[in-house]
Amino acid sequence: MQWEPVIGLELHVQLATSSKIFSGASTAFGAAPNEQACAVDLGLPGVLPVLNENAVKMAVKFGLAIGAQINLHSIFDRKNYFYPDLPKGYQISQFETPIVGAGSITLEQEDGNNLRIGITRAHLEEDAGKSIHDLFPNQTGIDLNRTGTPLLEIVSEPDLRSAKQAADYFRQMHNLVRYLKICDGNLAQGSMRCDANVSVRPSGSTTLGERTEIKNINSFRFVERAIRFEIDRHIDILEGGGTVERETRQYDPDRDETRVMRGKEMSEDYRYFPDPDLLPLQISQTFVDAVAAELPELPEARRHRYEEALGLTAYDARWLSNDPDVAEFFEAVLNICNNAKQSANWIMGALSGYLNKADLGIDQSPVSPEQVGTLIARLDDGTLSSKTAKTLFDHLCSQGGEVDEAIEVLGLKQLNDTGELSGIIDQILADNPDQVAQLKAGKEKVLGFFVGQVMKQTQGKANPKQVNELIREKI
Amino acid sequence: MPNFHSLSSISAALKSGATSSKELTQYFLGRISRLNAKLNAYITVCEEAALAQAEQADAQYRQNQAGILTGIPMAHKDIFCTQDVLTTCGSKMLENFVAPYSATVVQKLNSAGMVMLGKTNMDEFAMGSSNESSYFGPVHNPWQLDKVPGGSSGGSAAAVAARLCPAATGTDTGGSIRQPAAFCGITGLKPTYGRVSRYGMVAFASSLDQGGAMTTTAEDAALLLSAMAGFDPLDSTSADPSRKDVQQSDAWLAQVAAEGYRGENRTFSIGLPRQYYTDTIGQAALADMQAVLEKAGHRFVDVDLPHTDAAVSTYYVIAGAEASTNLSRYDGIRFGHRCENPLDLEDLYNRSRSEGFGAEVKRRILTGTYALSVGYYDAYYVKAQKIRRLIADDFSRVFEEVDVLLTPITPGPAFGLEELTADPVAMYNQDKFTVPVSLAGLPAISIPCGQTNGLPLGAQIIGPAFAEQDIVDLAHQFQQLTDWHQQTCQWVED
Repeated sequence: MQWEPVIGLELHVQLATSSKIFSGASTAFGAAPNEQACAVDLGLPGVLPVLNENAVKMAVKFGLAIGAQINLHSIFDRKNYFYPDLPKGYQISQFETPIVGAGSITLEQEDGNNLRIGITRAHLEEDAGKSIHDLFPNQTGIDLNRTGTPLLEIVSEPDLRSAKQAADYFRQMHNLVRYLKICDGNLAQGSMRCDANVSVRPSGSTTLGERTEIKNINSFRFVERAIRFEIDRHIDILEGGGTVERETRQYDPDRDETRVMRGKEMSEDYRYFPDPDLLPLQISQTFVDAVAAELPELPEARRHRYEEALGLTAYDARWLSNDPDVAEFFEAVLNICNNAKQSANWIMGALSGYLNKADLGIDQSPVSPEQVGTLIARLDDGTLSSKTAKTLFDHLCSQGGEVDEAIEVLGLKQLNDTGELSGIIDQILADNPDQVAQLKAGKEKVLGFFVGQVMKQTQGKANPKQVNELIREKI
Repeated sequence: MPNFHSLSSISAALKSGATSSKELTQYFLGRISRLNAKLNAYITVCEEAALAQAEQADAQYRQNQAGILTGIPMAHKDIFCTQDVLTTCGSKMLENFVAPYSATVVQKLNSAGMVMLGKTNMDEFAMGSSNESSYFGPVHNPWQLDKVPGGSSGGSAAAVAARLCPAATGTDTGGSIRQPAAFCGITGLKPTYGRVSRYGMVAFASSLDQGGAMTTTAEDAALLLSAMAGFDPLDSTSADPSRKDVQQSDAWLAQVAAEGYRGENRTFSIGLPRQYYTDTIGQAALADMQAVLEKAGHRFVDVDLPHTDAAVSTYYVIAGAEASTNLSRYDGIRFGHRCENPLDLEDLYNRSRSEGFGAEVKRRILTGTYALSVGYYDAYYVKAQKIRRLIADDFSRVFEEVDVLLTPITPGPAFGLEELTADPVAMYNQDKFTVPVSLAGLPAISIPCGQTNGLPLGAQIIGPAFAEQDIVDLAHQFQQLTDWHQQTCQWVED
């Protein structure tokens, strides 16, 4: 039987506010344990939450970016459960009335068959602290620094049909929230975490199979692998005549498998009810309009601009616009050299190759957009040849420095003096009479041999175009 | 010694130099050390800190920087967090809890120059109507020591009644200021919900809790309130200062704070809600009070508050639901009581909470948890919220007809210690005249209006939202015409 996987993702996005969602404590990552937990975060007796307006702004920004309904009236609820890293014994979240209603995104597929993925809702809530199980023998450490960090929980419709699509969706959302500057996107620090709901059904069926939920996956690769494992597990069970149990599972990347965390019988009653410490959140259309006015150019619009206004290929345009850091780098380079094609080539070629090899993100690039832009400009004005440009690029990557200065120091300036070149060419022609005869006989390929010889002799500094012209003149 | 019975007279004596804050503080500390053992009104007494505050206040008088309340001793209900001083909330759970911050109310009275004598006893987590649920033992009613002082602000009420302080703060969730004020023959003002900041006030039921004043006169209640109230950015449910009625209230409170209270002799149209005049023991006293006020030109109208009967059940569903989650933070992990040698996390939770909470608190956590559970939420919590709306609408409609309402506060005078402890529902029904006001979030003042068998009886004046001035003015007029508020039990004069 053919099986169709049905997948929905819940993404927990830590919003990039400087203070917490209900207190004034800092949200900066990496402080010593419990250094950034104030009385409100600790849930001490008598403390009260006060909503951070910036978190609201960021949620609205996201809602607008996915074309969602923005609910001017939304409600904060208490989700009640006991856990040592949840100081109040409840999490403040939004249950029935979230701030962002239904919207959607277009999932870019490499084959060009784009998919519309529905977003059910997105709501604001506070993050919990961390339980540290491996630091103290027989004891658990509690770090409440993360407590109260604002989260936007983005719930998708079960519109995803493969592990690959799920990972692509996660990636695209990761790009979107960074475009919007509402999240730093640092997966290793837990800035974005994913829960995946997975079920399978016979192809063609319209009813849903029983689903399982895989909790707290924090990388694109693991999302794909965890879901793939889970799909296979469901299919194995169903094909063996069994039934899938509704349960919550955990992905173990070391063994590449999911394991049960808790079953249905242990599902908790969270006793949601409106938090009486917070009035219903009322925002005005004016507030929403002001946020809308601040929306940056989104990836799709940017891609179209790259294709239409800059004349890039569809492939290049997408490559450069997906990731906001890449797009910003590209635009900064372009701003200096005003050569879109070359900017694209250098970023997608030499730079990307270097960064991949060094396992660096573009935000960690050793060469700046200014350096790359100036390098391209020197290529365009004939100062550099493509060969010397590459030498310069490698030098900038390893040594840094100012472009024009490095050209001088390394002596990379192209030989544009015909007199000097002419002498070198005469000598080479004289040394290779056989090849001269071949060229004269119309064997054009030999021209390349001569150009190569000249370049070798000049250590790449000769202008190949000029060399070509001179050889033709002489023969 | 001058007449220490009212804040206004003490303020005058301090201003004239007839006494000093230090002298006053020593006087009240002396009374506490002699009499508190009989009453158990205080959980904590801050002798040293109080004397230091008094000296500061005296310096302010010398430098002409004193305000109306500067140097006047007072006490805080032990529900208000006080930096560096124990805040127990009447519970074993918080027996050793010292907050690293002070409640907004505490800070405000502190900056008004008042001297904190100590923290008063209360029902555990403010849950109770008799002060018998306190982990620190019951408070005794100063009028008759075998009677309860009411609750939950029973320690504050008894302390003011026995003049162990001239004024105290209290909190009122379903009557916890008004009922003990009535039982102890003092004046208790529960302001409109949102009028006084809840920041640093240990939460019982967040949508109902409201701090207020417990004093000997209505005038004093206005004075104390003027220093306690106001918008607090730390409390999201704090009254919105851009609202017109809040602005009027703010203006009145600012005037009282700056110039002292000046009662206005306005005449009011006073509603008598039929549902409150049933079979209370205080009927005769209330009738006398009506006669006094009628003679002074006030007009009485019979009115209807048809949903009154549903108030007690509604209140106990909502208050329990909120309390059940407000008290989840007491889990033995970060602060508060932790059991010895927990076997595992579950055991730590179970035993810490079982040992740390008393029976009444557990009862309310259980009923509240039940009311919020899947399958019962709509039948209890949602329905209670709907009835709450109906009750509030009842009041709104009535206040289109009349200015204020006059009702009894309690079914009778203070009952005996242990008289109702075996019957929680009878205990809950003690609140039937106070909880509707709480559910509607309205201001109400409780004042003494008579006595029966040597015990005081109280009357409740209820106003529309933010009409504290109206109810205080009417109470003040009554206190100008009568002397019930000046009566004290015999031994208080010791």
